[in-house]
Amino acid sequence: MTTPLTGGVAISPGYRLQWEPVQNAHVLLFPEGMIKLGASAAEILLMCDGERDADAIIAALQAKFPGADLAADVREFLEVAHDKGWISTD
Amino acid sequence: MTKAGSVPTNSSQISPPLWLLAELTYACPLQCPYCSNPVEYNAIKQELDTDAWLRVLREARALGATQLGLSGGEPLVRQDLEIIIQEARELGYYTNLITSGVGMDAERVASFKKAGLDHIQVSFQASSAELNDLIAGTRAFEHKKAMARAVKSNGYPMVLCFVLHRDNIGQIDQVLELATELQADYVELATTQYYGWAWVNRDRLLPTIEQLQHAEQTVNQFRADYSGKMKLYYVVPDYYENRPKACMNGWGNIFLTVAPDGTALPCHAARQLPDLSFPNVREHSVEDIWYRSESFNHFRGFEWMKEPCRSCPEKEKDFGGCRCQAYMLTGDPANADPVCDKSPHHELITQAIENARAEEAAGNTKPLLFRNPKSAKKLLATE
Repeated sequence: MTTPLTGGVAISPGYRLQWEPVQNAHVLLFPEGMIKLGASAAEILLMCDGERDADAIIAALQAKFPGADLAADVREFLEVAHDKGWISTD
Repeated sequence: MTKAGSVPTNSSQISPPLWLLAELTYACPLQCPYCSNPVEYNAIKQELDTDAWLRVLREARALGATQLGLSGGEPLVRQDLEIIIQEARELGYYTNLITSGVGMDAERVASFKKAGLDHIQVSFQASSAELNDLIAGTRAFEHKKAMARAVKSNGYPMVLCFVLHRDNIGQIDQVLELATELQADYVELATTQYYGWAWVNRDRLLPTIEQLQHAEQTVNQFRADYSGKMKLYYVVPDYYENRPKACMNGWGNIFLTVAPDGTALPCHAARQLPDLSFPNVREHSVEDIWYRSESFNHFRGFEWMKEPCRSCPEKEKDFGGCRCQAYMLTGDPANADPVCDKSPHHELITQAIENARAEEAAGNTKPLLFRNPKSAKKLLATE
């Protein structure tokens, strides 16, 4: 079940995205848990500033990483992240 | 003891302590008979002061700790809790306060928020004032409800924890009703684990198989009927499993507990294990403790294992279960956790289940021993 992603996308309340030097990775922290993020997942989540909507996130990533068509992969990740509650829309 | 070369001595082979559990105090206004604190809790005095805790936080964070549990006893008893939270948050921890809510008011919740606390978990003893307060040994129920609401109104998710045992598991429907009424976001239904006071009271607390089946059906039915956002975690007691839990995800693997007196432990129950001397953060750096202390290295890796664990294909999955449970039940912490049906001591578990059934059938005549100084004295005198 996918929910439509409309409006600005932000890291959900109670979740925190941060860089961990010891793990050499970004992690997503939440009540009593942590997910170590791969590089591309981190790049996408870093764009979720509450202002950009899904299209703007894709455009920003496309500008940062030209040469590959990222749209489908990014949208799929955002939908999964939204279903998991990592990100929310306003 | 540890043979040379039998444990990883090179710190690069040891993963960092990602989880720090700070047991700030053993003091608690409640007297729950399932408390996991040591039975001799009131003889363990000399709590770490604020500066010592701040140093522990800094040192563990530098090693890579990200999750911080602030627990006890009742952590709200510490008047410096806000200072500890603020430092932890500035250091980059995700800060979890694990509390009964007793000793909190709406103003203090707001001050925790201001200090940067990330998450509050409020525990309930039962779904009714009568049973809740009986189990807690104090009148707390209405206050807990108010605190659960205060947590939510401060913008936190409402995370409720119910510890289940024979006396309250039959009321799981009402527990779920209460959680719904309070609009909880996360509900943890955790069956008692038998450490500390819960171990002493085990034969009175362990649910029967019929009770567990009823609870499981009720939870499943609730999940099917309830379409709200509440996330429900139901933890089955390991006594009813046939493989042990991967306790602490392995000894000295990700989890570090610092007890109120500064003793560093691979889990909160480990203090009881024989022939191990656990280092104190007053005398050693967290780095030395984690990577180089004998006790933290003792059950790392697989060399310490006996049969049937040593040749077991599942040893990397469950690490032979829980060292404390192996010790409490068999007298040797290097034995397989008797929860495992490959353990030659597994009958100790089936026996306990049988005892639970008999005790329930007899109308639960054994008295529950409440966690308080009087019971502690009585217990230590009979040992």
